[in-house]
Amino acid sequence: MKILVLIGNVPDTTTKIKFNADKTAFDASGVQWIINPWDELALTRAVELKEAHADKIESIVVANVGRAETEATLRKALAVGADEAIRIDADAKDAWYVASQLAKVAAGFDLILAGIEASDYNGSAVGGMLAEMLDMKSVSAVSGIELADGALKISREIDGGSQTLSMQTPLLAVVQKGIAKEPRIPAMRGIMMARKKPLNVVAAADAEEHTAFVGFELPAPKAACKMIAEDQAGELINLLHNEAKVL
Amino acid sequence: MNFELTEEQLMIQQAARDYAQRELIKDVTERDTKAEFPTEHVRNLAELGFMGIMVDPKYDGSGMDTISYVLAMEELSKVDASASVIVSVNNSLVCYGIEKYGTEAQKEKFLKPLARGEKIGAFLLSEPEAGSDATSQRTTAEDKGDYYLVNGTKNWITNANSASTYVLIAQTHPEKKHKGINALLVDKNTPGISLGPHEDKMGMRSSDTHSVMFTDVKVPKENRIGEDGFGFKFAMKVLEGGRIGIAAQALGLAAGALERATAYAKERKAFGTVIANHQAIAFKLADMAVKVENARNLCLKAAWLKDQGKPFGVASAMAKQYAADIAMEVTTEAVQIHGGYGYVKEYHVERLMREAKLTQIYEGTSEIQKIVISRDLLK
Ligand SMILES: Cc1cc2nc3c(=O)[nH]c(=O)nc-3n(C[C@H](O)[C@H](O)[C@H](O)COP(=O)(O)OP(=O)(O)OC[C@H]3O[C@@H](n4cnc5c(N)ncnc54)[C@H](O)[C@@H]3O)c2cc1C
Ligand SMILES: Cc1cc2nc3c(=O)[nH]c(=O)nc-3n(C[C@H](O)[C@H](O)[C@H](O)COP(=O)(O)OP(=O)(O)OC[C@H]3O[C@@H](n4cnc5c(N)ncnc54)[C@H](O)[C@@H]3O)c2cc1C
Repeated sequence: MKILVLIGNVPDTTTKIKFNADKTAFDASGVQWIINPWDELALTRAVELKEAHADKIESIVVANVGRAETEATLRKALAVGADEAIRIDADAKDAWYVASQLAKVAAGFDLILAGIEASDYNGSAVGGMLAEMLDMKSVSAVSGIELADGALKISREIDGGSQTLSMQTPLLAVVQKGIAKEPRIPAMRGIMMARKKPLNVVAAADAEEHTAFVGFELPAPKAACKMIAEDQAGELINLLHNEAKVL
Repeated sequence: MNFELTEEQLMIQQAARDYAQRELIKDVTERDTKAEFPTEHVRNLAELGFMGIMVDPKYDGSGMDTISYVLAMEELSKVDASASVIVSVNNSLVCYGIEKYGTEAQKEKFLKPLARGEKIGAFLLSEPEAGSDATSQRTTAEDKGDYYLVNGTKNWITNANSASTYVLIAQTHPEKKHKGINALLVDKNTPGISLGPHEDKMGMRSSDTHSVMFTDVKVPKENRIGEDGFGFKFAMKVLEGGRIGIAAQALGLAAGALERATAYAKERKAFGTVIANHQAIAFKLADMAVKVENARNLCLKAAWLKDQGKPFGVASAMAKQYAADIAMEVTTEAVQIHGGYGYVKEYHVERLMREAKLTQIYEGTSEIQKIVISRDLLK
């Protein structure tokens, strides 16, 4: 079995978000980049499966649409345990564009793992689009994957309970938190081996862009909270009425 | 001059940070209270490659440089200096000494399991009456032809109980003074070795420190490191490298305290605003940050010199003395910024302060580092 894991390159979750002067683009200066947290969990699960079923899983490939700066993120994925990385040399624009690029390199895999969303634009679209473009069956919101008797045992959290499916490859699974317990920390041996693993750069394919960014806004800062003593209900009504003007 | 870290160094720093902030933090306070050795963590750290960071992969190490070692020690020590001293002793006192001065056979037998972290090492130099003055060794290793017969007591030995391999410093030719000293590799299970009780320490409480008694312990001749009489020079050379590890540990304690104090100052309110808005607190943070940055630069400089194969003894003494002294200052200020909350265990800074104190004492006190630095200056 060959597994492909999609790797998004996103700003570290503690990044202070800034935009350019006319607020039409994200200002990436000084940002530390990481593997999209959902993708990191997907990769961790792929590595766990390969460790547990070395006889059945031939290789894990990771793919990213991005420029040369994203290679550090791909090498981290190699250090964690992927065997090979592919970088499609293009700016990651909208979901359609990214999925179209990935479709070019995603043929021939038995299992494709995509994160349910990316922590930058939270589009939640690439996985499903890619499956359609590849004409591959897909399942969303996957929180568990096991290999069992020539099939994949898939678990999903659904409203009020959980669902277990048995599915055949080829399959694209859109995974959410729970797919692996914690992202795998790369061992130094892995970091050393990452140097020697292939990182192939592929030219971008022609693809349409369907979105243009018009503008970005930061959420309004949280207003200061006023505490009112528990025996001052009158004061509360007064403030809601006269100051907040919600009553 | 280039202050950039390589992609690999950044990855190792992040790996150490992730392990510390995600795993060590979980039970660090409880282990400190109970003085419990972090067995499980040492196993995990070994799997990640932290027990033999600088050892050549041909001896099963991770093959990384001293800069990576400093980065890893800083991150681990921000959270748990007891765990990081186990890492430091194994890496820079035990593995480094065997790799640099041992025979192929010694490397095969002793170094490989230590570098894999399957076994832990300890370094036995100090004695009840030989601390700073390590030349006055009373422990004897009598030459009996094909073995040494060891008698005496070593004191304050980190990893004494958890270690399997001892690097022991002992006197063979008392008439030759420090030139008669030898370094021997000793299996802890050799008959005649016994341990004193676990020392009840102020800090680093989950690292195990004991005295070790030797009564007619036979050590095969082939376990001697280097020529007859090389032991004192060996110990001094190894400690030069070890000081980089402890300097980085002190740096981590200070940097960890600074991170906590900064975050706290942005949240805690007094007199109608967060305390960071009181300049008395903001200036404390500024002073702490300058000290931490200086210590970091000294540590990285010493590591860089070592990686370049240049002399690094004075640089490592400067790094150790400065980082240890500012670790004490910075952790004390972090407690101060936390007010009453700094004085209880929940906020960690009181523990960092207790731990910082040791960095001024072991692997050469701050005064001894000043002897090294001033002697070089005045020669
Ligand atoms: C928790 C812990 C773990 C340790 N782990 C190890 C270990 O794994 N292996 C090991 O071998 N040792 C270990 N040590 C021992 C440590 O290295 C010694 O404690 C240290 O070298 C100081 O020696 P001492 O305690 O005998 O103090 P002393 O040497 O008695 O020093 C007392 C004071 O006198 C000062 N002083 C001494 N000589 C001079 C001088 N010439 N000029 C100015 N001031 C001077 C010292 O700086 C110090 O302030 C450990 C110690 C502790 C506390
Ligand atoms: C073991 C212990 C026993 C205690 N016993 C008692 C007791 O019996 N009775 C009792 O009433 N209290 C007691 N206290 C509480 C103690 O008096 C307070 O902890 C102390 O007043 C500090 O308040 P705080 O902890 O809220 O710190 P904070 O007031 O939050 O101060 C945090 C930091 O900000 C600084 N800071 C605050 N305001 C300013 C400013 N305007 N300008 C510059 N710096 C500022 C402080 O100096 C400190 O460094 C005890 C505390 C402890 C730890």
